[in-house]
Parts: sequence; C-alpha cells; structure tokens
Amino acid sequence: MNWSEFFNMGGYAFFVWTSYALTLIVVMANIISPIMQRKKVISRIKRAIKREQLQKQNSVK
Amino acid sequence: MWNWIQRFSSPKYFYAMSAALIPWFAISALLIGVYGLYLGLFVAPTDYQQGESYRIIFVHVPAAWMSLFIYMVMAISAGIGLIWQIRLADMVAAASAPIGASFTFLALVTGMLWGKPMWGAYWVWDARLTSELILLFLYFGYMALQSAIEDQRSADKASGLLAIVGVVNIPIIHYSVEWWNTLHQGATVTKFDKPSMHIDMLIPLLLMAVAFKLFYAAVVLVRTRNEALYRDRNRRWVRELIERM
Amino acid sequence: MFNAFSHLLIRDLRLALRNRHELANPLIFFVLVVSLFPLAVTPTPDALRAMAPGVIWVSALLAVLLSLDRLFKQDYEDGSLDQLMLSPNPLMILVLAKVLAHWLLTGLPLVIIAPLLGLFMSLPMEAVNVLIYSLLLGTPVLSLVGAIGVSLTVAVNRGGVLLSLIILPLYIPILIFGANAVDVAADGMPVRGQLLFLGAVLALALSLAPLATAVALRITASR
Repeated sequence: MNWSEFFNMGGYAFFVWTSYALTLIVVMANIISPIMQRKKVISRIKRAIKREQLQKQNSVK
Repeated sequence: MWNWIQRFSSPKYFYAMSAALIPWFAISALLIGVYGLYLGLFVAPTDYQQGESYRIIFVHVPAAWMSLFIYMVMAISAGIGLIWQIRLADMVAAASAPIGASFTFLALVTGMLWGKPMWGAYWVWDARLTSELILLFLYFGYMALQSAIEDQRSADKASGLLAIVGVVNIPIIHYSVEWWNTLHQGATVTKFDKPSMHIDMLIPLLLMAVAFKLFYAAVVLVRTRNEALYRDRNRRWVRELIERM
Repeated sequence: MFNAFSHLLIRDLRLALRNRHELANPLIFFVLVVSLFPLAVTPTPDALRAMAPGVIWVSALLAVLLSLDRLFKQDYEDGSLDQLMLSPNPLMILVLAKVLAHWLLTGLPLVIIAPLLGLFMSLPMEAVNVLIYSLLLGTPVLSLVGAIGVSLTVAVNRGGVLLSLIILPLYIPILIFGANAVDVAADGMPVRGQLLFLGAVLALALSLAPLATAVALRITASR
C-alpha cells in the first residue's frame, strides 16, 4: 500500500483519522492535566507556608 | 500483618514508592501502544465487509474496556476506603474518576465515528453506545457528589457508596439496554460485536488494550500523588517535602 | 421492632397529611407533564398511542424524583433524623418505614391516576392494565432507589439537580422495562417477562436499598 492510499483509508479517512486524533487528544489531556494539577497543588502549599511564616513573624513582633 | 498494610497504605509511603513506578508504566505503555498501532494500521488486513473504517476498533474497543475497567477499580478502591478506612484507597478512587470519564467519552465519540460509515448515522441507540452513555452519567454523578460535599472524608464515603451502588447497577443497566436494543434492531445487524476476529486484528486490539491499561496505571499514580499532597497539605511529611523543592 | 416500624410509618403519614395540598403537587405535576405532549404534537390517536408508554413512564419518574426531597429533608433540618439514627432499632427498618410512607403518598397516587392518563394518550384497555401493574411494581423501586440518592445529598445545598444526576441513570432499567411492558401490551403481546423483571428488581431493591440508605445516612450524619 502506498502512502496516499494509507492516508485515504479506503475513503474513510475522516472517520479513522479523527478517531485517532481524538485518542491522541484524550491521551495528551490525561498527561497534561495531572502535571498542571501537581503544579497547582505545590504552589498552593508553598503559598500557605509563606502565609504562615508571615503570620508567625507578625505575631512575634 | 495489619501493621504492614497500614504502613504500605500511608500516603507518605505511597508517595515515596510510586515515583519510581511511573516511568516504567509510562514507557511500557508507549512502546506497546506504538507497536500495537503499527500492527493495527499497517499490518492488519483490510476487513472484507467494513473496509478500512474498521481500524477504528483499535482505539474504540480498548477505550470502552478502559471505561468499565476504571469504573471497577474506582468502585473497588472506594469500597476498600469505605470498609477499612484506608485513605489511600479513597485517593485512588477520586484520582481514577476523571480518567475513566475521559475514556468513556473517547469510547462514545469513536463509536459515533465508527457508526457513521457503518450505519449512516452518527448516533444510533444501540446497546453498546447507550450503555457507555449511561456509564458517563455514572462517572459524572460520582464526580459531582465528590465536589459537592466540603468535608473530604464525608465526600469520599458518600461518593464511594454511590460508586458501589453504581457497580451493582452496571450489569442490570447493561442487560436492560441489551435486551431493549434487541427489540429495536432494524435490518442492520449490529457490527459492534466482533463475531469473526482475524488473529491479525485481535493481536493489535489486545496490545492496545494492554497499552491503555498501563497508561492508566501511570496517570492514576500521578493523580493519586497529587491527591496525597493536597489532602495531607497540613501534615509534616508534605511540608518537609515542599520545603525541599 | 415492628412497633417502631408502624409508629414511624403512621407518623410520617400523619405529618404529610397535615399539608395535604403539598401532597397533590407530584400528582398534578404528573398529569400536567403528560398533558403537555398531546399539546406539543398533532394529537392523532396513533401518534399518542406510540409515545404513550414512554411519556407516561418518564413523567412518573420525574414526579417521583421531584417528591424525593420530602423523604429526609424535614427530618434532617429539625433534628429528627439524628434521633432516628440513635434509635436502638435497626436503621434499615426505619428507612423502610419512611420509604413505604413516601410511596403511599407519592407512588400510589400516580398508579391510581395512571388509567386516566392512559385514556388521554389513547392507550387501549389491555395496555392500561399493564400500565397499572408496571407502575405498581416500578414506583416502589423508584422510591427505594431514590432514598439512596436523597440520603447522600440531603445535606448538600441545592442538591436537587445533583440528586437527579445521581438517580436517573439508576432509574433507567426500570424505565426500559416498564415502558416496554406497556408498549407491547398495546400490541396485544405477552408481558410476563417484563413484569417478572420488574418484580425481580423490586425484590432486589427491597433487600439492598434500605441497607445502602442506612449507610448513606450515617455518612451524612457524621459531618
């Protein structure tokens, strides 16, 4: 099979390739989302640590 | 032995141990997935009935299997969390839900894209698609209940109970929808069932299924680690960890 | 234990009957919604007969869904729910009493008025009979399974839509078999299988739903 036949998928190109594209999108989303979630959680905790340190400093004064 | 379980199921221990596992799952998922895709797209022969469009099954069927598999894992973890009060199990359940929902969505849209060339319509109320749709609702219900309750423990228990009730219902729903569907079948026979699977088609299908499951393992580990960090955010092990970052 | 069951049942019935006008709401809703459909389409008898089983069943479902709130809300707000949970009697039995009260007040009226709606929708007589049987078997399940959902969401603000999202997927098998029973009865075909399925689901719900509801109530109360 040559390349143009392959891409055409017997006339079903749109259906087959959209399916695989959507699969790629879902896979990517499942990779990116947890990574972003992790960054968000870590930055939240860091900010909370900072806030508590400031409060401690303020209460010492 | 109980001590052993308690030690292994502490979020802190889990967090430390899981870091090493993730790359293994991710890379094996990638390799097996690529190989499966190669076999599916290039090596598997053309179907004499469906032409090239049948190749969608290499993502549609594994996605559908994933949607059910993840729901099972979710319900079992939630059950473990509910019965034995193991927080890590609740975290795994909460982490699994969005992953499962996304694969249910994928199963639905790929099913629709497969249906159009087969039956001429994007959506037909066949047993498989309808069951997947209901499964998506079950996932949404779980996630909605989780986010609606503020207290984490209550939220986990409540949504865990819902997941278990859902699991009991899945066979009932599946049977009902199948039965309902046999009544309304027109002249076209449903081709979503795979009566004759050539071995050259079966192997890539199974490989993709395995790849998806390994992928899920990697993703759920990352998500569960995030849950552990967030839920234990006021505990010392997390604070020390973050300060070292 | 049976004493507690009957006392709770009578109490709930008595409390509900004090607000008699509120009781009518699900019933009126049921009739109203079914009546909307003939108004929305060309009401030829054939068209109505074709959509009747689905329309009546879905409307019954929604009417029960809307009425579920009354099952635990009042008790949650005035503290009687906590009292019930402290009772030495098994919570499952008490839940069963409340669900029975709920069904008597909500589901049973729907069953009684259903023949009238069958008439509205041009259902033949055999189908109306089956409609009554299917609703008789189905509405208790709706109350039982609904109780699980309400007990999970009673403490959530504006939990009504959340309740629907949780419960409706679980209602689907009952809807499928209930509506189908009426459908095939209209064609004069046997309905034994469908009704047996509904009976089986009722038996399953009777045994499991009160347990799940009791667990859910304890989860809700522990907040």
